[in-house]
Amino acid sequence: MIDATTPLMQRIRHFWPVVNLCIGLLVITAIVVALDDRILARTLTEGLIRVVIVVALYMFIGNSGIMSFGHIGFMMIGAYATGWQTCCPYTREMFMPGLPGYLLDNSHHFVLAIFLAGLLSAFVALIAGIALMRLSGIAASIGTFAFLMIIYSVYLRWSTWTSGASSVIGLPQTTTPWVAYCYAVVTIFAAFFYSRSKFGLALRASRDDEVAAKAAGVNVIGQRLLAFVISAFFCGMAGGLFGHFLGMLTVDTFFLNLTLITLAMLVIGGMQSLSGAVVGVVVLTVVIDLLKNLESGMFGKDGFVLPTSSTWVVVGVVMMLIIIFRRSGITRNAELYWPFKSDITAEGALRRQS
Amino acid sequence: MEVVVQVIISSLSLGSFYALGALGIGLLFGVLRLINFAHGDFITVGGFSLIVPATAVVAVPLILDFHPVALIICVVGVVVVWALASYFLLFRHIQTAPPAVLMIASVALSFSIQNLIIMIYSGRPKAVGLWPELTGVIPLSDKVQVPILQLVIVAVTWILLILLTIFLRRTPIGVEMRAAAEDFRMARMLGVNATRVIALAFVISGALAGIMALMYHTQTGILSFRGGVFLMLYAFIATVIGGMGSLIGAVVGGYVVGIFSTVLIAILPEGMRGFRDAFVFGLVVVILLARPQGLVPTRAFKERV
Repeated sequence: MIDATTPLMQRIRHFWPVVNLCIGLLVITAIVVALDDRILARTLTEGLIRVVIVVALYMFIGNSGIMSFGHIGFMMIGAYATGWQTCCPYTREMFMPGLPGYLLDNSHHFVLAIFLAGLLSAFVALIAGIALMRLSGIAASIGTFAFLMIIYSVYLRWSTWTSGASSVIGLPQTTTPWVAYCYAVVTIFAAFFYSRSKFGLALRASRDDEVAAKAAGVNVIGQRLLAFVISAFFCGMAGGLFGHFLGMLTVDTFFLNLTLITLAMLVIGGMQSLSGAVVGVVVLTVVIDLLKNLESGMFGKDGFVLPTSSTWVVVGVVMMLIIIFRRSGITRNAELYWPFKSDITAEGALRRQS
Repeated sequence: MEVVVQVIISSLSLGSFYALGALGIGLLFGVLRLINFAHGDFITVGGFSLIVPATAVVAVPLILDFHPVALIICVVGVVVVWALASYFLLFRHIQTAPPAVLMIASVALSFSIQNLIIMIYSGRPKAVGLWPELTGVIPLSDKVQVPILQLVIVAVTWILLILLTIFLRRTPIGVEMRAAAEDFRMARMLGVNATRVIALAFVISGALAGIMALMYHTQTGILSFRGGVFLMLYAFIATVIGGMGSLIGAVVGGYVVGIFSTVLIAILPEGMRGFRDAFVFGLVVVILLARPQGLVPTRAFKERV
């Protein structure tokens, strides 16, 4: 057995779950890129963007225990904000004539554009969160849902900036698998550092027992607001990535379906662990891709073909089954398992509490 | 003047409609603390039960050709079966879970039903001609015309409300249901059969959805897999505004939403009308912040410590 009490091993142990998740995704990405299959690469990129979304969801939902239906609204904000900066320099005025002069005339590099879009989402989250985070439990969930509806209907009608019900076409497709992988790793590390920080710890205390946490001096509203803003920042960046992946933006992309799919990934993986968020995305992406292939007849014309949309029926049913039989998800809300002998002293236990 | 009368009549009929939906959602919230996102899909299912299951573009009538009484019984029956099945297969197993878990389970159910409908009937909207004689108008004066259907909706809503009130006040099981909505644990200790009460709430909620399905599809004449979703969202807002779990609150909330959205359309300048939904959902956030217990508070909405 390896002695796990040396400083080096303790350090490795501290970062064990997050390093393994990143290496796992790295292996998958490297294999798919090496296979050089265009369709598979698209599935992979979409999956990696979903890692960003679901890990951002975990930062808020997993740590605060409040179900949010509004985060896809932040994706919409981020996606359109990057579109304003990078989309189609020659036709931008045609799609979005209401933009201010600076945005009409200038284009930013997509990394900068995505970062600024994330900041805009975070800013909106700060404003909305000051109101919404005062609510708790089911009222907060309803509030975030109302937020999604407000963002959706505003973006649908605000046609001088968003092209409204028609789509914005011509974003440069710069989100390659490796770009998406980098963003996924950054998000995973951010979520890891956040949830191990004193802020994450305080927020989880309020999740497990709000009254006791308040009594112990946790500013519950402030902690929730912080998590809401951080996760909105990453959701906004995911929106920008998704826009540069699809090459076009429509308002309906960022609505109830995407909300349900990303929540399903989080619930199936395990809502209260970072590993759960990533595992949920990987598992569900594989399942969805397999079923979609069956729908479009992967065994030739006469082979077994699933009817249209049955993929989503399966996803919904699996989600219900997980909620009934294993509410803590595939990972049972635990992080990845440390395979070596543990440090059983109280000090060690304190250091590695998650 | 004509405009005012027209606005009053349409907001009353819209409000009645939302009130019915809000009652269906509020009943379940009262006994189970479930926000049923699938309520709208029960309405959709009721509409689709009218035609033969097939992906063909032209809808072939199934129940649609029946005698009106048989038609109502069949559609309501189908929706009630769906509601009961959703209880016994899904919600019964998680009824002790936190409300957020119940809510997300119902979202998953709603998503599954929508995609099941696409799978069986295809995603294209289909035309159905349900009771075309109801779509006419009655002229009140030279300028004011009242659609017959709006009057029917108001009348049906009030008949149902009166029936429901009598049921809840005068029958033993109705009293049990009110007791369960007030304090579920206490009611159980006093001998209320939980399963029976909750199942009955699902039956009533399903029946309301079935009747709404008939009225809604008479009005629109179009079957779409998303037909009920926005209806449900508005009804859901109505329950939040009225006070979750309060049945009177649901009715009040329904009328508030109906009147608010009709009046908004009438008074907003042309360019702003599209943003009506944003205003209505903004109202929800304002109500949640200023009066989280809703206009008609009950105990059910309080978080249990």
